[in-house]
Amino acid sequence: MNAPPLATSFLQSSNFRDVLYIIAFSLFIQGLRGLSGPTTAVRGNRTAAVGMAIAVIATLLSPDEGNWGLIALGLALGTAVGVPAARQVKMTAMPQMVALFNGVGGGAVFLISWAEFRLTHGFAHTATYITVFSLFAAIVGSVSFWGSNIAFGKLQEIIPGRPISLGSAQQIVNLVLLVLAVAAGADIAAGDHSEGVFIGMLACAALLGNAVVLPIGGADMPVVISMLNAFTGLSAAATGIALNNPALIVAGMIVGASGSILTNLMAVAMNRSIPAIIAGGFGGGGAVAGAEGAGEHAGTVRSTTAADAAIQLAYANRVVIVPGYGMAVAQAQHAVRELTKELEKRGVEVSYAIHPVAGRMPGHMNVLLAEADVPYDQLKEMDDANPEFQRTDVSLVIGANDVTNPAAKNTPSSPIYGMPILEVSDSHSVIVIKRSMNPGFAGIENELYYDPKTEMLFGDAKSAVSEISAELAQL
Amino acid sequence: MILASTLTTNLSILVLAGFIGFVVISKVPNTLHTPLMSGTNAIHGIVLLGGLLIVGLSGNDTFNKVILVIAITFGTINIVGGFLVTDRMLEMFKVKPKPPPAEEEQTQAANEQEVGKS
Repeated sequence: MNAPPLATSFLQSSNFRDVLYIIAFSLFIQGLRGLSGPTTAVRGNRTAAVGMAIAVIATLLSPDEGNWGLIALGLALGTAVGVPAARQVKMTAMPQMVALFNGVGGGAVFLISWAEFRLTHGFAHTATYITVFSLFAAIVGSVSFWGSNIAFGKLQEIIPGRPISLGSAQQIVNLVLLVLAVAAGADIAAGDHSEGVFIGMLACAALLGNAVVLPIGGADMPVVISMLNAFTGLSAAATGIALNNPALIVAGMIVGASGSILTNLMAVAMNRSIPAIIAGGFGGGGAVAGAEGAGEHAGTVRSTTAADAAIQLAYANRVVIVPGYGMAVAQAQHAVRELTKELEKRGVEVSYAIHPVAGRMPGHMNVLLAEADVPYDQLKEMDDANPEFQRTDVSLVIGANDVTNPAAKNTPSSPIYGMPILEVSDSHSVIVIKRSMNPGFAGIENELYYDPKTEMLFGDAKSAVSEISAELAQL
Repeated sequence: MILASTLTTNLSILVLAGFIGFVVISKVPNTLHTPLMSGTNAIHGIVLLGGLLIVGLSGNDTFNKVILVIAITFGTINIVGGFLVTDRMLEMFKVKPKPPPAEEEQTQAANEQEVGKS
């Protein structure tokens, strides 16, 4: 190091570091602003990534820095895992990927708090507020880590997607775990330096993370993932306060805010309160009520064939495609795009109606359809799509269920009553592609299937759509 | 009262950042919510900085070194993976300029191939 001492000390001064941090979080904000439209979004994301690189470099310049070997090891390992994972993941598996990345973020937060605890000999001489924020970060980070891993396991189907719960005792257990974790934290903040208590606190938080997410059914996953995302953000912001690091505070808090907004939007789109989702109500009482209601109107279901569906679609003027999780599972997005092309060749006007909670993540369907090169302007959000159904000849429902169920509008006793839906039953006719008559994740029969206007095409979404395309080509 | 003033400054930053977050995120359309989530997900990987700062102070405590290396690894996975995967998604949302006819045939052929594969 032959650099003049003055320059070195400036590069290492905390003023210089803070200037870089300010540049970094400005780039985060600017980057997120770019995400408000499809044309600016790519640049926005890259802007944020540049901000992140600056923040990391600024940190590495700080004078206390050392243990370079360990830093290099961690960075190399993280890159070696993260890059291939991000490159190879299928778009259909995006929700679990996000859950996993979110989980490791939460894991980093609680491990850092733990290291701080050991470094300061149990927060022996730290200001109380620093102790409190570190403990908050540790608890929330641990909840987020374990919760995200469970969410990942459920989405990846390592763990069954159906709710796993202790029944009515669940809420009491959750509450006890929360109280224990907070009590252990309070004990440490009050001056207990024993590491056993800290580990106990982490363990309670870990159990809480498991206990909160295990009872949540697959359909509620969009809400859970965005909630856990908000949690990790908030815990990062708390770490930032504990470490007096403005970049962490700003970035963490922005994520916390964004996660909270998304969580709320999802909950509204499902007409569920966030506490009700966390309490895990859907798989239990609601489904039973739904099943009882189903017996009453076990009307007739008309099934159709790919050939008939093709004819029906070919002679329509306007077709609206309603995709759901079934399309994602069957990886049918490319086949759907092909069908659209076939129809457009015949002069049929095709658009897509997308419910905000279709799929397992907010906006999941949009990503899949964008992957299949469906133009952005063909994708209609619920509020724009609903008035159009009345002048739609055929609605083609591909693997969507609860988001089309008219019971949400017509049957006050239904557990999903009041949830905004795509009003496909307003269109002149409906074709539903579905594997079987099994109810969706909400466990409720769909009245739409018994509607005289509706025809069911049973089968895997991808092969059914491809068959229709093939029949169309022969017409 | 230096500590208290640091706390107030940091809390002010926290609150203001919260408001900025609300304003900026509210403008993102439903369509882009998955990339938004994975993008913000990458941003909270910034906890990496915490790991980087503390590892320099960790002295000879072996256990601490181990958990900090794990924390740095986790943070890096979060950042690198998060930004890359968001980039992949957003590339697909790009409004594609009308390709010249020759290219369109190509993409069509590619698509057909893909359908054929299945």
